[in-house]
Amino acid sequence: MAESPAITTMPAAEPAEEGVSLWQDAWHRLARNRMAIGSAIVLAIMMILSFGAPLIAKQKYDEQNLQLGAVPPNAKYWLGTDYLGRDQFTRLLYGGRVSITVGLVATAVSLVIGVLYGAIAGYLGGKADTVMMRIVDALYSLPLALMVILLMVFAKDMGTNWEQFLLQKFEWKTRLGEYWNLILIFAAIGAVEWLTMARIVRAQVQALRKQEFIEAAFALGLRKRRIILRHLLPNVLGPVVVYSTLTVPAVMLLEAFLSFLGLGVQPPMSSWGLMINDGAQAMEEHPWLLIAPGTALAMTLFCLNFLGDGLRDALDVRASKD
Amino acid sequence: MLRFIANRLLQTIPVLFLVATLTFFLVRLAPGGPFSAEKKVPAEILKNLEAHFGLDKPLYVQYAEYLGNLCKGDLGPSFKYSNWSVNELIAMSFPVSLELGCYAISIAMLIGITAGLIASLRANTITDHAPMSLAMLGICVPTFVMGPLLILIFGLTLGWFNASGWDSARDRVLPALTLGGYYAAYVARLTRGGMLEIMSQDFIRTARAKGADDRRVLLKHALKGGLLPVVAFLGPAIAGLVSGSFVIETVFQIPGLGRYFITSVFNRDYTLVVGTVLFYFALVVLLNLIVDILQVWLNPKLRFE
Repeated sequence: MAESPAITTMPAAEPAEEGVSLWQDAWHRLARNRMAIGSAIVLAIMMILSFGAPLIAKQKYDEQNLQLGAVPPNAKYWLGTDYLGRDQFTRLLYGGRVSITVGLVATAVSLVIGVLYGAIAGYLGGKADTVMMRIVDALYSLPLALMVILLMVFAKDMGTNWEQFLLQKFEWKTRLGEYWNLILIFAAIGAVEWLTMARIVRAQVQALRKQEFIEAAFALGLRKRRIILRHLLPNVLGPVVVYSTLTVPAVMLLEAFLSFLGLGVQPPMSSWGLMINDGAQAMEEHPWLLIAPGTALAMTLFCLNFLGDGLRDALDVRASKD
Repeated sequence: MLRFIANRLLQTIPVLFLVATLTFFLVRLAPGGPFSAEKKVPAEILKNLEAHFGLDKPLYVQYAEYLGNLCKGDLGPSFKYSNWSVNELIAMSFPVSLELGCYAISIAMLIGITAGLIASLRANTITDHAPMSLAMLGICVPTFVMGPLLILIFGLTLGWFNASGWDSARDRVLPALTLGGYYAAYVARLTRGGMLEIMSQDFIRTARAKGADDRRVLLKHALKGGLLPVVAFLGPAIAGLVSGSFVIETVFQIPGLGRYFITSVFNRDYTLVVGTVLFYFALVVLLNLIVDILQVWLNPKLRFE
């Protein structure tokens, strides 16, 4: 790259801008948002409780006590028991573990697909970009939940089949059958929830490509790696973090929806959607079976949405101008 | 405009073909069959049944025959509801879902836009925070929690409305409120956001400078533009209403298309699954076209694209 005297003056302007980095700035703004911080704390407590379930819970999640049956919340069973005498508090913790895991992993899947797709479309531009984004537009307005339902039914037994295949052919013992439903949910939900992410990343990349500071970085002869890591990535990362936070509740909702319809997590495993389904069927006599998992799910979604909104306010460049 | 519409309708055909193919093979290759769920049927009867529905032929022949009938608009006979064709089942159950959907959209628009407008008029005051917190709560309580809760409170405890069925007006209140309320929450948030953005623009200041009063500024100048995000949301909302209706119709035991779809998936009622999926996709694509036309009509900026 040619180096002209005009360009050598540019780095000199940088130090004046320094002082507070983008992330420090965002952190300060987030720390002032009490709702967002409160939500983050509630979420952290929920995650510790859920993932610490084996340590906290006194029973196993599928431990039955048929003689006991359904009893209302009391000192021994904090959230009561269901008709099989299973402790609801235990099931709520284990269910939270499943629901939160699904939320995080499926979001990660959608994140990878969405960021790659959006970045490629934005980077290529032109005709390829138009076609790629038209596809996203078309998918956006279709009832993809239908396809997720069909996919769940179609691939239902595949895990057990593969487990047996691996065992017979390679004598490789797996627990694929047991966890297959979860894996399927990760894949199916991740495959439909990436659309918004792709749109956002594509818009961001396209806008950045035209910005002076990227051109300047090119003109300065910075290496591509450095441009991508130091200049492109931090600017894309903000929206990606925000929308990932907002995708988690959407994913958890879809998992609960599938489990509610009997297509998602299968008993005796526990998930909040499954518990809500059980609770809805028994609510006339045992309303506590519906109220506890419903509250847990709603509270988690509430906190995630508030945290996402808070992050958006803290990180969004457009909103931070005023 | 006509060319745009014709173009979009033509684009639909390959999409529907793709959906038909995908659905056909997904449901055919899924484990289990339409006659395996019940108690064991004797082998000869099973053979007869399969021959009657053409299940004994190779899959590709079945596929070709299905597509051939599809071109004539025939979705085939149902496997589970004997003597019913899929066309008849859809014709019977769709009006119920449509009615529910219309109630839900009306409630969503009426409550959502009103709440969003009130919130945007005095931003960051109690009349803003109260409806918006409520809207956030509405978004976070899924329909499959809200539905049973409403049944528990208003159906079983207070006895104001009926908990299930679809015969009288008392049956219709709770499902319509559950489905509509969920989307009202979204609409309220979008209305507030859209209105706040519009109200900060220069042409609103110009209108005020020229002496237009609040009422005139709001109704004449701001409302049309401020509602653009709401109209844009209608597209995804329609797709969401479809899956929402699965839950609502299951919870409230409403004999609509959504419930038929869910049971057909469990029953492996092959033709009914493919038929309802195709019908849903065609419907959603058509409604989205209407939403797009509405958007162009509301937002002149889009006309040049």
